Amino acid sequence: MAKKSRLHIPRPSARPGDKPDFSYLNLSAAGAVDRPPIDSRTRDIEYLSSDLVRVLNDDHTAKGPWDPNIDPGELQVALRWMLLSRVFDKRMWQIQRQGRISFYIEALGEEAVSVGQAMALRPGDMCFPSYRNQGLYMYRGVKLVDMMCQCLSNTGDMCKGRQLPIMYHSNKANVFSISGNLGTQYPHAVGWAMASAIKGEDHIAASWVGDGATAEADFHHAITFAAIYQAPVILNIVNNQWAISTFQGFAGGERRPFAARGLGLGIPGIRVDGNDLLAIYATTQWAADRARRGGGPTMIELVTYRGGAHSTSDDPSKYRPKDEWAAFPLGDPIERLKQHLITEGHWSDEKHEELEEELTAEVLAAWKEAQQYGTMTEGPFLDPATMFDDIYAETPAHLESQRRRMIEVEGS
Amino acid sequence: MPQMNMIEAIRSALDVVMDRDPSVVILGEDVGYFGGVFRCTDGLQRKYGEHRVIDAPISEGGIIGAAIGMGVNGLRPVPEIQFADYIYPGFDQIVSELARLRYRSCGDFFSPVTIRAPCGGGIRGGQTHSQSPEAIFAHVSGIKTIMPSNPYDAKGLLISSIESDDPIIFFEPKRIYNGPFDGDPEKPAVSWASHSKGEVPEGHYTVPIGQAEVVQSGEELTIVTYGTLVHVAQAAANAAGVDAEVIDVRSISPLDVETLTTSVNKTGRCMIAHEATRFGGFGAELAARIQKDCFYNLEAPISRIAGWDTPYPHAFEWQYFPGKKRMIAGIKSIMEVE
Repeated sequence: MAKKSRLHIPRPSARPGDKPDFSYLNLSAAGAVDRPPIDSRTRDIEYLSSDLVRVLNDDHTAKGPWDPNIDPGELQVALRWMLLSRVFDKRMWQIQRQGRISFYIEALGEEAVSVGQAMALRPGDMCFPSYRNQGLYMYRGVKLVDMMCQCLSNTGDMCKGRQLPIMYHSNKANVFSISGNLGTQYPHAVGWAMASAIKGEDHIAASWVGDGATAEADFHHAITFAAIYQAPVILNIVNNQWAISTFQGFAGGERRPFAARGLGLGIPGIRVDGNDLLAIYATTQWAADRARRGGGPTMIELVTYRGGAHSTSDDPSKYRPKDEWAAFPLGDPIERLKQHLITEGHWSDEKHEELEEELTAEVLAAWKEAQQYGTMTEGPFLDPATMFDDIYAETPAHLESQRRRMIEVEGS
Repeated sequence: MPQMNMIEAIRSALDVVMDRDPSVVILGEDVGYFGGVFRCTDGLQRKYGEHRVIDAPISEGGIIGAAIGMGVNGLRPVPEIQFADYIYPGFDQIVSELARLRYRSCGDFFSPVTIRAPCGGGIRGGQTHSQSPEAIFAHVSGIKTIMPSNPYDAKGLLISSIESDDPIIFFEPKRIYNGPFDGDPEKPAVSWASHSKGEVPEGHYTVPIGQAEVVQSGEELTIVTYGTLVHVAQAAANAAGVDAEVIDVRSISPLDVETLTTSVNKTGRCMIAHEATRFGGFGAELAARIQKDCFYNLEAPISRIAGWDTPYPHAFEWQYFPGKKRMIAGIKSIMEVE
């Protein structure tokens, strides 16, 4: 031990120009981690928060007690949703680069999180997403054209031009409104889940934050409430290694995994391969069953990698190696599920190419349709007078008066 | 009609709405088994159960955040923040979430939360138990901010707030929980039994949000105020021998501008009084609105009586608090303007 105290400044394992180094990641072999009964005591299953639950093996077979044995047809559907999310992102990214939307956030490399977890939940379960969960909205039936209109702030925009692109919402699909502030949705999910229990319903809530946002106070408020009242909620931490330019060590991930954050409160944590759709499905289902039967909250850390920039406003080549994703030991979630299906004889490269073409055409058709509702430069345009709507249940007099003044001075 | 102090009136409001609507739930620090440090929820957990009157951990951000989620799931939560001074850990949840949810989702989601919080000074609470942060909340679009000054209004406005689909910050001036206060700390405490607004119906009634009340008519001066200072203003005007019209704003936001400007256009003089610090205080908004509509009828500049722009000092409470002496001095000075 040194004789003086010292300030530790976390440093990532590699910066631009360095060889990527993921030796800090504790990996388990596929199939190596036990699957305990859902009524296990937290203290008996602490290993789940430090080991890594994996099902898809390097030889592309499914292994071990967490294999959910999903029907191949359903897996093809899952692959379709993941690929749709990626194709959609790719198109929207290009559209932003062409200056036709102001901003975009892609989920590149993290598609299995939204799709795998949505599959394991029931439609009545409520999702409180972060801004990189577009797959949840898609899986739950929000139309691509509606999502595009939101990004365009056009006359079809579900947010009527009030929110940055990608801040979707859908009450009908039971996916909450994205705030733009980080981690604020976590306590909402816990409160929603508490209300579900108060009302005697068996719906559960699930929420998602990134590794970075676990440092927010709301995260700690939420997990405290979840533990105290044993709320039926799944608390997901998507550890994609990077919070803009700060690596996960800056959120405290250097010494203990994020999945262990709840252990001090008695919340079991599961660390899962976030690029392994089968493992994600299985762990989410485990947590959902536990919550539905009164077992309370479960924290799930999904270990993945942010394959792209944080957003269209970011340039990751300034702070991390360009080839870091290619070196990520858990690979690409779409490629891994594809190879699994091929290995099992339920898919082929040709089918995959066809699917990608089909989805590209679907996205293109949606984009054409979305533009009919207006673009940033061409009408129809939203009526600015609507900016005074929906602030309160009924618009008070001072806002009506400002609306009239706005129309008078700014024109409508 | 039964006599109630403000605590009993607030408890009665909660009881009435909880009895009528099973979706109403209370959560907060010490609100359940114990019944709240100010006793506002006393007996409600015994009556409505632990699932509807919920003791919460010391986590204001968590209380407000969880309440928002409950509201999204069809409940009508009434969180209590033990002192208004403790509300700041939940500030982001109020400003960025509660106030914005309806707007950002175009009405697809909303959360009808009413946050109750005892506020104000005069109880030797020091700077963490005496603040009046209403201006901070008045500045936020998407929430409504209320402060009653008597038991009758407290019950009626609280019922209106809980039944409203809008998020509401409901400030309760704790100095007058047990009786009106004329601003003279040397005088013995007075009970609400001596006040006409201490008569409170037992059942359901509402006082509408967004309406000020003329609590005393007068011709020479309008005093615009709210909370504890409503009573101080009346006492000061009478002691100063000025025929003042005293208006209780009641609803900080939305603001009933017309009642204020009608009065000032009549009297030609306006003094604004609040406990909160002056700089950037709600009085500034009141003054701006009133001068715009009353400019040509004003016989003196609009003046403000407020807390000094210091934190609330424990040992100098009565030099800080805008009490009767300062109010009388303010009234005299505005009446001297020719």
